[in-house]
Amino acid sequence: MAYQNIFTQVQLRGVLEPGVPLSPLNEPRTPAGGYSYLMGKLGAAQIGPLYLGRLGLASIICGVLAFEIIGLNMFASVNWSPIQFIRQLFWLALEPPPAKYGLKILPPLAEGGWWLIAGAFLTASILLWWLRTYRRAKELNMGTHVAWAFASAIWLYLVLGFIRPLAMGSWSEAVPFGIFPHLDWTAAFSIRYGNLFYNPFHALSIAFLYGSTLLFAMHGATILAVGRYGGEREIEQITDRGTASERAALFWRWTMGFNATMESIHRWAWWFAVLTTLTGGIGILLTGTVVDNWYLWAVKHHYAEAYPSTGVVDPAVLPGAPK
Amino acid sequence: MKGNFVKILAIVAPLLALTGCEFGTKVVEQVGPRGTGQQLVTDKSGMKKAGVVPPPPYPLTPDMLQGPRAGVTYQNVKVLGDISTDQFNYTMAAITTWIAPPEQGCNYCHNPANMASDEKYTKVVARRMFQMTQNINANWKPHFAQVATGPGGTAVASVAPAGAGVTCWTCHRGNAVPVNHWSNAVADPRGIKGNKHGQDTPLQSVAYASLPYDSFSSYLSGQEQIRVQDTRQLRNPGHVVPISQTEKTYGLMMHMSQSLGVNCSFCHNSQAFGNWAISRPTRVNAWYGIRMVREINNSYINSLDSVWPANRRGPAGDPLKVNCATCHQGIQKPLGGYHMLKDYPALSGPTSPAAAPVTATAPAAAIPATTAMAAPPAVVPAKPAA
Repeated sequence: MAYQNIFTQVQLRGVLEPGVPLSPLNEPRTPAGGYSYLMGKLGAAQIGPLYLGRLGLASIICGVLAFEIIGLNMFASVNWSPIQFIRQLFWLALEPPPAKYGLKILPPLAEGGWWLIAGAFLTASILLWWLRTYRRAKELNMGTHVAWAFASAIWLYLVLGFIRPLAMGSWSEAVPFGIFPHLDWTAAFSIRYGNLFYNPFHALSIAFLYGSTLLFAMHGATILAVGRYGGEREIEQITDRGTASERAALFWRWTMGFNATMESIHRWAWWFAVLTTLTGGIGILLTGTVVDNWYLWAVKHHYAEAYPSTGVVDPAVLPGAPK
Repeated sequence: MKGNFVKILAIVAPLLALTGCEFGTKVVEQVGPRGTGQQLVTDKSGMKKAGVVPPPPYPLTPDMLQGPRAGVTYQNVKVLGDISTDQFNYTMAAITTWIAPPEQGCNYCHNPANMASDEKYTKVVARRMFQMTQNINANWKPHFAQVATGPGGTAVASVAPAGAGVTCWTCHRGNAVPVNHWSNAVADPRGIKGNKHGQDTPLQSVAYASLPYDSFSSYLSGQEQIRVQDTRQLRNPGHVVPISQTEKTYGLMMHMSQSLGVNCSFCHNSQAFGNWAISRPTRVNAWYGIRMVREINNSYINSLDSVWPANRRGPAGDPLKVNCATCHQGIQKPLGGYHMLKDYPALSGPTSPAAAPVTATAPAAAIPATTAMAAPPAVVPAKPAA
């Protein structure tokens, strides 16, 4: 039953692994901290070494500032009451500026000014962290796949909070910071633009999102299932297929006539994940800037079915209609 | 065994927690083409019960409609002067049980030493409310009209153009002030302290979402544009509606849904909320309802203006007003659609002009209390459902 367990079954102990030597351009990393049994249940048991560096430090400072601005604005909105802050936390928000301010750089702080400042710090924090993932990969002579996948998520974030508001000419188009408020914003956004389900890029994004989970489940299950034959040594088995690979491949050929390889499954998974936010961002960017009613657009292009009329007439167009 | 039980519990408990269960049998009614999600889902056990309808104070016989007119018998009768004295007394007896606190009875509105006097504000309000009720019943029939839909929600035929209409009881339910009312939200402070920007607060009126909670002043006394969707597919400069306005409309719709105990597809085809041609006929009722409520709030409540004392005003100083919940109280047809109006013909008309409310004036000449209000009826009003 061990292979069904959600927790890692094998933990290594020995001399702490400090990592490869760094070039002189780097700052020293923190020494490896030691072993953690509990963390070892989730991943590798070794904690550290950590490389923070200037980019990491700057990113954390910006992130903390954004977090504090958002949190303190929420706290202030309930008159600094700790009890109400906790009770209403999921409802509270830092709202973007009202529509009347357009793209004004700094409206009054209480009317979206703090939202702009928090957003600027959050964006700085995220971009600095992106740069850090890129740099660290380079320093390890790795590919930059993680950074570019992260960039795809940042693209969607920037479209929602920066690029689309710029295109629409108003910060008020952006998303509020807050748990329920950003969900209500999402629902309202879909309603305003004639139902986002008729946006084909939204549909692609959903397909890639669900596809990602499907691929992840198939891959995780396959590797665990051949773990007893060393299946988790996937990369070696790209070129040197062992019995684990053969069995896994045969399983999928038996069940669906076709199998991924130890290489292709990772390429598919990466692209599905990247395309989720890439297509999603395109869909958001087109909404309101190009298409104003996705339902009507979809019906016109025979992408959605036009159902027979119920015969209901808009009463506002009748003569003598009340206002 | 114990281990298995713990495992099963560990699997089932999170699933139950995730479902946000409303226990009880759901009844699903298909009201549109299949596959469009046009289904009315009702939780029978969770549905609000229709309020109790009190019986008339005493039978209103045809011969009671004869005889001298109330306007001749009594002084200072400005609205119900054309009905018979007997019917006038009958109507007064009914509204006393519907609205006045039992310990005050007639005296809630009248000075017992001078029944004709307008010195109590409640009498001035009651007069205006008679005009309002008559106006609703005479001029807002489209709100009450029942329309039938055939299979697939296609056929539209008016089956009961008159509808049930309203009486004072429809809203008041034994209370001097109907339980469900609203008033303008207090303006947000200028700084960030205590500033919710008119939203982000768990309130029943917006179905506990974080939506803007002052939709009523924009749409139910104000006449702001409720519609947000463009009727053209591509962007055009003539249609600029920010998300914030959409959220305000959304808030109003949540109120309507809560007030009637129905979901969106009771009126809308949720694939295209704004499209009338695929909406259900009930959306027409709702459209007239919104206009009716606007008229009630502006022509009959706000217009009384200085008549309202402080305890009939909200925190922003404006009088308490009506919304959908005031009548509907959680169910689709107030009082289960019971045709209560048939027992109170004085409330069904004639039509009074909406404008120029009768405001408080100097007390009229003193007239001793007559037998008009002699016998308070024995009906104890039921507590309203919600």
